[in-house]
Amino acid sequence: MRCAPVPSLASSCARVPSTGGRRLPHRRSAVLARAGSRLATGLLALHALAAQAQLVVPPADRSGGKLLLTGGVSQVEGAAGGGLTPWAVIGGYGTRGQWGANVHATRVQTQAFALDTHGVAVGIDDRVELSLAHQSFDTRAAGAALGLGAGFRFEQDIVGAKLRVLGDAVLDPDLWWPQVAVGLQAKRNLQGSVVRSVGARSNSGTDVYVSATKLLLAQGLLLNGTVRWTRANQFGLLGFGGDRSNAYRPQAEASAAYLLARSLAAGLEVRQKPDNLGFAREQTAWDAFVAWAPTRHLSLTVAYVALGDIATVRRQRGWYLSAQAGF
Amino acid sequence: MRRCLPHPCARLAAPLLAALLLAAPAAHAEATLYETFGGEAGIARITDDFIANVYADPRTSPYFAKASVRRLRQQLADHLCAKLDGPCRYTGSSMKNVHSNLQIDRAAFNAVVEDLQEAMQKNGVPFRAQNALLARLAPLHRDIETR
Repeated sequence: MRCAPVPSLASSCARVPSTGGRRLPHRRSAVLARAGSRLATGLLALHALAAQAQLVVPPADRSGGKLLLTGGVSQVEGAAGGGLTPWAVIGGYGTRGQWGANVHATRVQTQAFALDTHGVAVGIDDRVELSLAHQSFDTRAAGAALGLGAGFRFEQDIVGAKLRVLGDAVLDPDLWWPQVAVGLQAKRNLQGSVVRSVGARSNSGTDVYVSATKLLLAQGLLLNGTVRWTRANQFGLLGFGGDRSNAYRPQAEASAAYLLARSLAAGLEVRQKPDNLGFAREQTAWDAFVAWAPTRHLSLTVAYVALGDIATVRRQRGWYLSAQAGF
Repeated sequence: MRRCLPHPCARLAAPLLAALLLAAPAAHAEATLYETFGGEAGIARITDDFIANVYADPRTSPYFAKASVRRLRQQLADHLCAKLDGPCRYTGSSMKNVHSNLQIDRAAFNAVVEDLQEAMQKNGVPFRAQNALLARLAPLHRDIETR
């Protein structure tokens, strides 16, 4: 059986509990009744019949078509991902044929240091992601001990780009291959002379990475693996290259996130870092995070991070707090 | 890895992994997916709420303007029941044929997914079971999306 034309959908489908289809004709007829125009009623009926004859495809929304949290959150260098690691997902809530964008602010605080990052990311067609981020690394009291002066800050700009090359992390749980993206993060440390004086070979460098992300939907488990070719010292905050190495070397990064609800995920991440500076050794960083997206326009991420030694100060651990707003 | 593996990582990772591993067999031993959804009656309620949602949702309602709601209701219930390993068989046309002229894009597909999630949530389907069904339905995007 077919439903009668649109204006009488309500009566012919009355047994279906409260379909929204009912509302439209009602609202229409209420307006028209007030107008008291029989002519208009006739025209509307004609219009409805014409609409029946040809399917009306709604004008496509330009944004907001992704499922909640499937664009990840903003990782510490501004790309969409977890907290420390970029994922293969494209940032923002724009899906195919749409675009999305967001801004974020992140604070990482360890015993001796604080890092503030803020940035913006744009995702286009669920294919391309462009991001800008600025990092400010506060040496606080440790700055004096390091001979830089208390509260000395290293600042860094990061321009990021990411291209999804294959796969769909979310909607292809029956296929074995993940969503794969390639990306780069061009970094420029603004304290060039200082980072060189502590042994870095350069104040700029460009990380290149490949990320593979797969949501095991039935298990509610998201897995990501990233390989990053980099020579950055502490993400670039202490410059690039050093006495031990000046080469771009592959570093492994991994994330696992468990979906606790549509708007809530918790997980673990681990990220290798180069160890280029003889006087300031680096170790693998890791974090345990919880990300919450109450709406498509806001997400909050809280994490416990362990970054290893930083600038000769041992075992830096602390909190990571990030807020993202966008569409 | 050097510093991470011995203790601090393992301390946090172990309980999380244990929770993951324990969650899976527990859900399986208790009830089949079909039973978790409340059997025929549960699926009927979810189907009704799902249909109500797609008609109330401006992102999806135009695609259903020409549909026979009675037929839609029957076929959706059969389809969900079959996907949940219930004692039903979906006898309607192929997903490809049903959707071939609708010009459905990814945004519309995802919108319908959300309407279904809302319906499952409203009827108390546990999140894990919701995802188990969605994992079986998600591959249909390849037959349903045509733009």
